[in-house]
Amino acid sequence: MSDRIREKLNILADAAKYDVSCSSSGGTRKNDNKGIGDSHSSGICHTYTEDGRCVSLLKILLTNHCIYDCLFCVSRKSNDIKRAAFTVDEVVDLTMNFYRRNYIEGLFLSSGIFKNADFTMERLLLVCKKLRLEQRYNGYIHLKTIPGASEELIKEAGLYADRMSINLEMPTEAGLKLLAPEKSHADVIKPLEFVQQNIVQFAEDKKLIKHVPKFVPAGQSTQMVIGATPESDKDIMYTANAFYKNFSLKRVYYSGYVPISNDSRMPILGTQPPLLRENRLYQTDWLMRFYGFKVQEILNDANPNLDVDIDPKLSWAIRNMQHFPVDINKADYKMILRIPGIGVMSAKKIVQARKFGKLRIDQLKKIGVAYNRAKHFITCADSPYQIKDYQGTQIKAFIMADSQSKYLKTDNNQLILF
Amino acid sequence: MIYLFDGSLTGLLTAVFEWFERKPGRTYLQLTGIFQPDAFTESFEVINNEDKADRVWKGLQKKLKKDWQRTFYCSYLSEIPEAFNHLFQFAIYIFESEIGAAANYGNDHVVALSKYAKSVEREKHRMEAFIRFQKTGDGMFYTSIDPDFNVLPLISNHFKNRYADQQWVIYDLKRKYGLHYDLNTVEEITINFSDGAKSPNPSPALMDEKEELYAVLWKDYFKSANIVARKNTKLHLQHVPKRYWKYLTEKQLA
Repeated sequence: MSDRIREKLNILADAAKYDVSCSSSGGTRKNDNKGIGDSHSSGICHTYTEDGRCVSLLKILLTNHCIYDCLFCVSRKSNDIKRAAFTVDEVVDLTMNFYRRNYIEGLFLSSGIFKNADFTMERLLLVCKKLRLEQRYNGYIHLKTIPGASEELIKEAGLYADRMSINLEMPTEAGLKLLAPEKSHADVIKPLEFVQQNIVQFAEDKKLIKHVPKFVPAGQSTQMVIGATPESDKDIMYTANAFYKNFSLKRVYYSGYVPISNDSRMPILGTQPPLLRENRLYQTDWLMRFYGFKVQEILNDANPNLDVDIDPKLSWAIRNMQHFPVDINKADYKMILRIPGIGVMSAKKIVQARKFGKLRIDQLKKIGVAYNRAKHFITCADSPYQIKDYQGTQIKAFIMADSQSKYLKTDNNQLILF
Repeated sequence: MIYLFDGSLTGLLTAVFEWFERKPGRTYLQLTGIFQPDAFTESFEVINNEDKADRVWKGLQKKLKKDWQRTFYCSYLSEIPEAFNHLFQFAIYIFESEIGAAANYGNDHVVALSKYAKSVEREKHRMEAFIRFQKTGDGMFYTSIDPDFNVLPLISNHFKNRYADQQWVIYDLKRKYGLHYDLNTVEEITINFSDGAKSPNPSPALMDEKEELYAVLWKDYFKSANIVARKNTKLHLQHVPKRYWKYLTEKQLA
């Protein structure tokens, strides 16, 4: 018995791992029925795999049988791999026992499409209902919305799940059509929109009625595969931006394509996944969501791709030297946030601390500012007097000379002595 | 001037009271245990007094918002000798300033406390993440830890709320006390390990019959979730420093 369940878990966890979302944040479920589980609003990563990715949720497919044949997917119909399927009770049992031992924050349940969308969605819903109603489980549930499933099923699932997501898969319609002719972005947009409307509706009701059940309290997310098709960074981020705006998504994930097929339309097996590019895209995503940047400021027709050698915030600053240097003791919060080397926490501390007196270099360092980077863009109480007005490109050279990229294994500028 | 205290929160707060009563000028707070007298500096031994400590704490509550009260408490739990002095200086600074003075990140003690608290909160968060319970034959979920800082008081509520329907024990081997939740309340306990040695894990014979199966399944899952093409050992170690591996079921060899 135990061998069979081990084999199933191996197959179905392996097939689910390319879905990068593992967030367990945003849940608001409280353990008020003396059951088990209590959401932690900021989420908890219980462990990290050897590739450095967080493991917060038990991420599995209900089955990897699938009627579709999408080229970028390991579970595609034409792929010759072992197939397996969990029973509903097996998923419930695994989730409960992992959760009780503090292995996980919750369940991330996805599935290949077997028979049809509704049949699949029904099984997923059944797992959620058993957990919530029979096991009195208040932990996190991230559920995949199955495109094409009926609205009744999706709406019911939303009552039990904390987060729902549907993957865009490719950043543009053209890219998607190339690799998965049976799919379209419209299939994704429809259910995303439907869930979003319901989230808004439940929030409206809550203003009037005291006890409204929760509906997808942690919101929706999506994922795009990066580097399988030839989109520019601008294409990718403009799509992401539109989805953040139009569907109030909590997250867009960018997943560097890990080659899994020898089809001539995609990077060949053995190609390194584009980790650096993925990192730059996430940095841009953060700048949009937490630093008040508009996507057009970072990526536009003149700059359709992100710099590889420096991060997008530094890159923006160097292109826009007219805004610098910024006076730390006077500038408003929004401008301080845009200074390379200063993050959200430091910016907040600066704004609070300067009320008590003009800030000096040593204080900025203690507050947590990366001073060696920031010094090119700021003035403070005891900044050394600068006669020379450096160009953006010169500053870039200075910063590159005293920093080491974790991605570039050999640094061209310097001799390695030891 | 050097004030000496016993390391307790009561002692620390009493020291602040005594300082305001005497106003001896510049004063350093130190643990009695590590104090080395020298010929030039006077010292004063603080005698714990609950009433005085209570008054100081109430005073701090009036002057500090909730988040800074927590920062203060967390810094105390760090048990770092220099932190005690920063706490002492911080309290004096707060009492001598207008309300809101804690926001002055230009002040050394404010910055120090926010750093200590950050470390302690991170350790607390790590314990919430890395603790792995083992289910014993009588249905108890047990684990033992030896955290860098004294975080049991900070994690108690988290585990109580989360595992409300199962009995659990979290034992701090370093500080020799633990928490036991009996389905109603959490209580402090001490265990006399009969063999005298640290025995972090109860013997397999005492375990629930399915404990091993779930541990194996979890290890399998951990392996399957890894993408070999993305291997990144540096990042892995950054997130899970080696000193925590002993807690982690998935990091134990089969």
